[in-house]
Amino acid sequence: MEVSRNWRLQEQRYKLVGETCDSCGVKLFPPRDVCLECEAPAYELFTFTGLGEVFSYTTIYDAPAGFENTAPYTVALVKLAEGPLVTAQLTDIDQEDVHIGMPVEMVTRKLRADGPEGMIVYGYKFRPSVETAVA
Amino acid sequence: MTEYTPKQGLMKPNLDVGIVGYGAYVPRYRIPAKEISKMWTGGVGGVPIQEKAVNGLDEDVITMSIEAARNTLDRARIDPRQIRAVWVGSESHPYAVKPSSATVAEAIGAVPNTQAADWEFACKAGTEAMQAAIAFVGSGMAQYALSIGMDTAQGRPGDALEYTAAAGGAAVLIGPAAEAVAVINGSYSFVTDTPDFWRRAHANYPSHGDRFTGEPAYFKHVMGAAEALMEALDRTSADYDWAVFHQPNAKFPQRVAKQLGFKPEQIAPGLLSPRIGNTYSGSTMIGLTAILDIAEPGDRILMVSYGSGAGSDAFDLRVTDKIEEVRDRATTTETYISRRTEIDYATYSRFRDKLKMS
Ligand SMILES: [Zn+2]
Repeated sequence: MEVSRNWRLQEQRYKLVGETCDSCGVKLFPPRDVCLECEAPAYELFTFTGLGEVFSYTTIYDAPAGFENTAPYTVALVKLAEGPLVTAQLTDIDQEDVHIGMPVEMVTRKLRADGPEGMIVYGYKFRPSVETAVA
Repeated sequence: MTEYTPKQGLMKPNLDVGIVGYGAYVPRYRIPAKEISKMWTGGVGGVPIQEKAVNGLDEDVITMSIEAARNTLDRARIDPRQIRAVWVGSESHPYAVKPSSATVAEAIGAVPNTQAADWEFACKAGTEAMQAAIAFVGSGMAQYALSIGMDTAQGRPGDALEYTAAAGGAAVLIGPAAEAVAVINGSYSFVTDTPDFWRRAHANYPSHGDRFTGEPAYFKHVMGAAEALMEALDRTSADYDWAVFHQPNAKFPQRVAKQLGFKPEQIAPGLLSPRIGNTYSGSTMIGLTAILDIAEPGDRILMVSYGSGAGSDAFDLRVTDKIEEVRDRATTTETYISRRTEIDYATYSRFRDKLKMS
């Protein structure tokens, strides 16, 4: 069950693929087939650039099963450049450096592993852009 | 039997091919070699490099290959559906059975009309995938083929390899010479059965035959491939602007370069092991990306990998005018190396143990 659910979500998880509304052009993530603005059908796939900024965030100390290895970690609400808000883990950053409005970019990382013998689940996280991390 | 010459061993496809895009990846964490020697020898004695790159807990060969592949496509600006092969060379694939390459192909949008495979040959798994990609494109079977060399290498705690075994690598997209940032004039492979380094199927860490790591292994094969390729193409070390050799430490590539007649400045930009360690399958290829980041049109490059077991693949490349418009389209190798967060030995072993569990 779990394996097949992860497989169906691969496209949006690996590549940040959502939808765009034919009528008003609003971009949707995750894909929901109906526009949130004008309620017109929205089936056309749209790959987001992966650029955005931190809208809000919280630190998780008591991680759910499968995520214990990386706790504590920061989960953020990221406002994508194209509009939608996405909830995702932040990576490649020390918690004290996270701030609202921080520019971030999407990377594909390990989300969790089902023990030493199960599947490894990959998906999007966000990190400070490499160029700003160096500057 | 008639005499055998290096010219007969030169590998050159029917159609002219080259590198149409390239991309590197180095994770952000670094552990200084002194921090490791403090643990085992109280900091007494020399260390083989300054520091090595370590992958974060949510990174593995698949995630690192995806980022290097995305940088490659940002530079090449082609439709990923035109790629007919996605090949990942590594000795640290996350799964024993389930191809890393299929996940990478899915993440970059190359599926479903593509070949995908994982390659192995210790540290030269990436460059043998490059040679196969040259053949795929050079025969006309494919417009583009993607080859990746990437590793998250591990050394047994306290072993000499712990100082250097590092994480990182690069991807190279092979395509028609007319679109290339660097044309590939030919390649040459040199392989013998040599017991210098191995890891059995269920072992966590590799073993090495100490007597075999230097002269009969690294030097014999790297020199063998480099000399034969230069002879086959009628070149000498003076004909090249740049050279890059596999980098198990800082010393070996510098010594082999000297023995082949190269000056220190010819290997300087591609010599990354002092600052990131030995990235195994990634080592030679990421050295090449660092050279492409600074090369001028017309420059000639010699590239020679080495994989234990043992063998070397040598390549002769010429940089084209296209390099100048393409290189700034993605993060440079130097930028990844400068992005650096130092960790101590305690953090490093916590990372390693957690990685082994997951
Ligand atoms: Zn709409």
